[in-house]
Amino acid sequence: MDLELMSSSIPKLLSATVITLKLLSLSLFFGLFIGLIFAILRLNKNIFVNKFAYGYSYLFRGTPLLVQIFIIYFGLGQIEYLRSTVLWVVLKEPYWCAIIAFSLNTGAYTSEILRSAFQTIKPGFIEAGKSLGISSKIIFYKIQIPIAIRQSLPAYGNEIILMLKGTSLASTVTLMDLTGVAKYIISTTFKPIEVFIVAGSIYLFMTFVIHSFIKYLEKKYSFQ
Amino acid sequence: MNILKKFSLGLLISLFLSISANADKIKIGTEGAYPPWNSKDASGNLIGFEVELAKELCTIMKHDCTIVEQDWDGMIPALVMRKFDAIMAGMSITDERMKTINFSQGYADEVASLAVMKGSSLEGIDTPEGINLTLGGGDVKKALKTLTGALAGKTVCVQTATIHQNFLESGDVGKIDVRTYKTQDEVNLDLAAGRCDAALAAAVAFTDYAEKSGKAVVLVGPTFSGGAFGNGVGVGIRKGGDDAIGKKDAKLLKDFNRAINTARKKGIISKLAVKWFGFDASM
Repeated sequence: MDLELMSSSIPKLLSATVITLKLLSLSLFFGLFIGLIFAILRLNKNIFVNKFAYGYSYLFRGTPLLVQIFIIYFGLGQIEYLRSTVLWVVLKEPYWCAIIAFSLNTGAYTSEILRSAFQTIKPGFIEAGKSLGISSKIIFYKIQIPIAIRQSLPAYGNEIILMLKGTSLASTVTLMDLTGVAKYIISTTFKPIEVFIVAGSIYLFMTFVIHSFIKYLEKKYSFQ
Repeated sequence: MNILKKFSLGLLISLFLSISANADKIKIGTEGAYPPWNSKDASGNLIGFEVELAKELCTIMKHDCTIVEQDWDGMIPALVMRKFDAIMAGMSITDERMKTINFSQGYADEVASLAVMKGSSLEGIDTPEGINLTLGGGDVKKALKTLTGALAGKTVCVQTATIHQNFLESGDVGKIDVRTYKTQDEVNLDLAAGRCDAALAAAVAFTDYAEKSGKAVVLVGPTFSGGAFGNGVGVGIRKGGDDAIGKKDAKLLKDFNRAINTARKKGIISKLAVKWFGFDASM
């Protein structure tokens, strides 16, 4: 075990963690937005809207994240027409390709999490609001959404942790995130065990922080 | 239950037999993604210059060999961890790698070159045909200065953990945006897609891609050798320890060196090089 290599790789890996966290937070931000919209579409009574939303989540939950990144990065890059459009400004950059793939992926899972949370809201809460003469718009914003968010916290916490680990796939499209830099150090030192132990520990620590934060929120907003 | 017991016993026996049968077999690791050095045909079989050369060398050494696939970025760690016994993967002999593993004498020369898409502003860079970084001199300095100016602010793509990456990061051609990929295929794809302003690899890797894909990839600038580009391509072997496996490794290195000599004298290496590269790259 090369302890010197382990300690000297810590600062390099920590600075790469910044990219990992950026990828994670931006993807979760866009993903939550996408997820909320598609959860609402899923609850729509119109069969076409409903099926469209279902198709989206089916597609992105049914294919591996790696395949999605490759299709967006290498696949779209092959379409010559796209390269002459303004879209190429975004798609040219591996960073944005990764964010698009991660957002669409986590958005699909988030929409399912939120949909089931909406469906578990007891009709009594909504009826109570109606009986007080509150408009259905306000019932949605003030009763349904807060309850749905609370209900989905445990599942969404899991999704954040899964997404954190998913960001390691950004290294496959040339991004120097935590995994990317770990692989880079290994490629010059040929010592995978030491470097991956340090990188793994950093991931573990981030998971610990996310997990504790979600636990805290669950407690704070518990119904009891 | 009885059937299950019998089945697992059978499995155990066959596993044991397959291990002992492999005891004297030599495994050679290759990437299978760096044509024409080594790659795979449509049905997934390994083909290429090194795959055929490995078979020839094994025949000369009278060793029973199997060729196994390994991702490029894990090639040296996999050798050290004894997943296979030798590397033949277009791997150049460099001082950096020699710190971790041994190399046989070189069997072929890898000529590196920059490539761009036709019509690129880099197409006209004026440099000598080839520069040798070990020899140095005024011409080399001038060529590197020209390249530094031409590549400033450009994105240059390379496969990860290669001599090409080392060269671009050595500072010889100034500070450039180096983008690294897992395989040469991905470098080629992104060069064609326009994400890379230029790419650096073995010249034959680009000409092979241009020929097979029909993309307008052209070589520019000088061909590179010496310095960070190492001293030719050789067989990578573990550094032997004092134990039984270590002694076997030391013997294997001797065997390979002798076999390469024989293959060279018989003209086998030249013949294979002409077949796969279109010119004699043997050394």
